[in-house]
Amino acid sequence: MTARPWRWLAVVPVLAVCGGVPLANRVDALVLGLPFLLAWCVFCVLLTSAVMAVVAALDRRADRT
Amino acid sequence: MSPALLVLAAFLLLSLALGLLARRGRPMTLEQWTVGGRGFGTLFVFLLMAGEIYTTFTFLGASGWAYGRGAPAFYILCYGLLAYTLSYFLLPVVWRYGEREHLHSQADFFARKYRSRALGVVVSLVGVVAMVPYLVLQLKGLGIIVSETSYGRVSVPHAVGLSVTALVLYVMVSGVRGSAWNAVVKDVMILAVAVALGIWLPRHWYGGIGPMFAAIAKAKPGFLTLPARGMSPSWFVSTVLLSALGFYMWPHSFASAYTARSEDTFRRNAVVLPLYQLVMLAVFFIGFAAVLKVPGLLGADSDKALLRLCKLSFAPWTVGLIGAAGLLTALVPGSMILLSSATILAKNVVGQIVPGMSERAVGILARAFVPVVALVAVWFTLSGGTAIVPLLLLGYNFVTQFFPALLLALPERPVATRAGAMAGILTGVAIVTWLQVSGTRLATLFPSWPPVLTDLNVGIVAMAANVAVLLAVSALTWPAAEARKAASA
Repeated sequence: MTARPWRWLAVVPVLAVCGGVPLANRVDALVLGLPFLLAWCVFCVLLTSAVMAVVAALDRRADRT
Repeated sequence: MSPALLVLAAFLLLSLALGLLARRGRPMTLEQWTVGGRGFGTLFVFLLMAGEIYTTFTFLGASGWAYGRGAPAFYILCYGLLAYTLSYFLLPVVWRYGEREHLHSQADFFARKYRSRALGVVVSLVGVVAMVPYLVLQLKGLGIIVSETSYGRVSVPHAVGLSVTALVLYVMVSGVRGSAWNAVVKDVMILAVAVALGIWLPRHWYGGIGPMFAAIAKAKPGFLTLPARGMSPSWFVSTVLLSALGFYMWPHSFASAYTARSEDTFRRNAVVLPLYQLVMLAVFFIGFAAVLKVPGLLGADSDKALLRLCKLSFAPWTVGLIGAAGLLTALVPGSMILLSSATILAKNVVGQIVPGMSERAVGILARAFVPVVALVAVWFTLSGGTAIVPLLLLGYNFVTQFFPALLLALPERPVATRAGAMAGILTGVAIVTWLQVSGTRLATLFPSWPPVLTDLNVGIVAMAANVAVLLAVSALTWPAAEARKAASA
């Protein structure tokens, strides 16, 4: 298989959860009505889906060529 | 009979009927019974996979944890994300190999890759052991649902007996197709019910989601952030990581990857399934809404929070509908788990030990194992007092032990030896069992360590030992090493 550097993007959700949660936990406030930590988790959900959509799109394009 | 229980009974009959209908006109070979003949399209695979993820664990367990523990419950929202990210790279490799070698089960994969029938048998047995707590938690949920919706008329043991009978019946009758059809009904229902309750309950009792969290933050300071000790950020991150590694190590999740039509299914899933996790928010909202309205449910009783709040808020027939959605979220995964364990015991344990069994004999044996596994689970359900979430975490600690050996088996030729894989898995499983039976915590093992280390999920000890043993034994038994030893001797 050829090199697919964009696949490293998949590290982003891992960092957002594992690195982000301990930091987000320091904030004791409500964001859009949600506890900050929960809001961060929701953000991670959207981020994961978006990042994987980009990886999948680039992979499909690479498969065609 | 209460109106709630009538609604519940109607849905139970409906799910049995669907199971029977799904069977009609199809030849029931073993492949048909377990992986549905590999003919499922994207939507069906999506529902099947989602169906396994949305279980009693989500509905009662996650709301119960939000109610009883607060912020630590958020881990449930996060581990799936990392699991899907991982699956994007992992599952296509598993699927390709399974397709090429006509594999049915997880054990087949290990046995074929490492060329070791014994390893296949070990993986099968560990998988079945891990699935017992998973099945127990579904039965626990069923028991709670039936006894709560009967408004006290049916005791929990009777409720468990009734539900397990239904479960065994439809698994034996229809196999995976029954699960798939019920997964469709279930997913629609659970989505509708969870979202409706998650929006309506906070609005009704607090005037909205924001005011609800503000009220909780005021009444219970610190409930909405992770504590500094115990279920601290260390616990959170290590639990998310271990659960993400274990996510597709469940025998049934692993085997369900074989049912996909093409590799692209997994790519799409990695994009779509994380979004599906957002349903969990609604479930959290329900649990949080219960915090100030039905206080006082402690320990394992916190799993009853959702239904107690519903009984306080709605007429009995509505409670019945909610209970029915809960019933299906327990029956569908319950049937998959039961089906997988019975098939594994027949095909990958007995079928490997007794040579020359016909496919027909294996099929009959698999059906015969269904009630046996169910009874074992019933026994554990009625004898233990553990809440739903810790039960799942226990199962995860078992299946996660497969991950190192699987990872090293992904290349065309495994980069570990069969002895190494076997020793690693057995070491990990032995440590998990010991930790569970003795109730040992890292804090008791290493009292002088700082909380940031001792709060780590205790499964990490088993994982570390597993990896160390796997690598050491593989190095010792590597063919080149043996050849060198022979040459120097």
